[in-house]
Amino acid sequence: MLCQVCKEHTATIHLTEISHGQRTEIHICEQCAQKQGIVVKNQVPLNELLSTLLSSQGQEESAAPGVAGAVQDEVCPFCGMTLKKFSQKSLLGCPHDYEVFDQPLRALITRSQAGHTRHAGKVPSRAPRAMRNHVEVVRLRRRLDAAVQAEDYEVAAQIRDQLRKLQ
Amino acid sequence: MRPTELSDHVSQWFDGSGPGADIVISSRIRLARNVAGYEFCPCLTTARKSEVLQRLRETLLALDLGQELFFIDLNAASTLEQNLLVERHLISRQHARAAGPRGAVIAHDESFTAMINEEDHLRIQVFQTGLQLAACWERINRIDDLIEQHVEYAFDPEYGYLTACPTNVGTGIRVSVMLHLPGLKMTGQIEKLFNTARDTDLAVRGLFGEGTEAVGDFFQLSNQVTLGPAEDQIVSNFTDMVVPKIVEYETLAREKLLKTQPDKLDDKIQRALALLRSARLISSQEALFLLSHVRMGVHLRRIEGVSVATLNELFMLTQPAHLQARQGKPLDPDHRDALRAQMIRSRLCQN
Repeated sequence: MLCQVCKEHTATIHLTEISHGQRTEIHICEQCAQKQGIVVKNQVPLNELLSTLLSSQGQEESAAPGVAGAVQDEVCPFCGMTLKKFSQKSLLGCPHDYEVFDQPLRALITRSQAGHTRHAGKVPSRAPRAMRNHVEVVRLRRRLDAAVQAEDYEVAAQIRDQLRKLQ
Repeated sequence: MRPTELSDHVSQWFDGSGPGADIVISSRIRLARNVAGYEFCPCLTTARKSEVLQRLRETLLALDLGQELFFIDLNAASTLEQNLLVERHLISRQHARAAGPRGAVIAHDESFTAMINEEDHLRIQVFQTGLQLAACWERINRIDDLIEQHVEYAFDPEYGYLTACPTNVGTGIRVSVMLHLPGLKMTGQIEKLFNTARDTDLAVRGLFGEGTEAVGDFFQLSNQVTLGPAEDQIVSNFTDMVVPKIVEYETLAREKLLKTQPDKLDDKIQRALALLRSARLISSQEALFLLSHVRMGVHLRRIEGVSVATLNELFMLTQPAHLQARQGKPLDPDHRDALRAQMIRSRLCQN
């Protein structure tokens, strides 16, 4: 099927819109979709994502040289990792890197983890109780949000009680 | 145990007996873990790598999993042995090719394997035949608890389990299913699957995971997001939503083919079978394609007298390293193609 707009390329994007009971179908190619501002979600390879983030930091650098410049040149005192090295292989050098490169990593993690920045899963049983509670609170809050959204107030009340006990 | 001893039989999780195994060949869950107090593998010196290897090896071999566990020193293993383990999905290609102290601990029935000093210090995996992800999670979670009694993992209250690559951080979990989707491929709907997967943050890969192409209508579907949702949520998303939908589409596609193009379908299946029964030289790629069509034919009852177990066996045992291990020596591609054709002929003509 050819793109309805340019009538040149194959239509790879098929949209169905229903508005006021009227159903319209649009078949267009990726180029025309982009021109029309239709966003197609793509999986961006990590190193590409990282270089984009680093270069956008470079731009900030010219605006505020001190701050971003310091971030870019930072070397992890524990393993010698730098952001430049990381961007080449997409692998960190040690657990401390998550703190040392906190800001750029946070941006990267948010992007590659569908907007999530907090762990709400398993916690090692040997981890201190406070740490276990911390993750449990995140998990319960998330479940509470879901329950409220689903208007399941009975479950929401139960979760709220559990949260109160933990906090 | 030598890896080459594995070359004459199929891994249990690949025997095609599990629930829904006509479409979902197998289920796998992997957890990525790192030992606290050590640099991640890319920055770890050889001496410290040996230390990590030694510690994890001891801990893993002492696990009580109700069956024998073997350690394979990958630094000392031959290329053929390494390739054999890759072909059986017990280790990754990267793990095979890497250098330095590294190894694998493998359960006798191959339903559990652990890679030591791959991208992370420890990557444990559990396999099951068919769609059995909940069982995989239950088992791997228990094994992880057992290991954790002896090893302190790198863990952060905010980011969870810390991994060398931030794309694995949080749960460190990779849930995946191996799918056989000839119907969607033949009806030209496979693109739709790719797009849907992309929109829902899932990755579709080839038979051997990351960086491999999909051949012979086999695909691996896995989660991309490891931070945020809890492990059981990620698992139930697969078991309750994603996989049943794909199975439904594949089943519909096969039914549609049967109804609207039975001749085309039969032609594809019967040609594949005839080729496999007559060819004198066959590459592993071609074998994969043809076996894939025959496999669909068996499930749609268009072929009689060939069992899925036989086909799965041929899928696994006709791979290059398997053929060479059985012969006990390296063989050039032509020789392998002849041997492969002979093996397939003898198995498929018996019936």
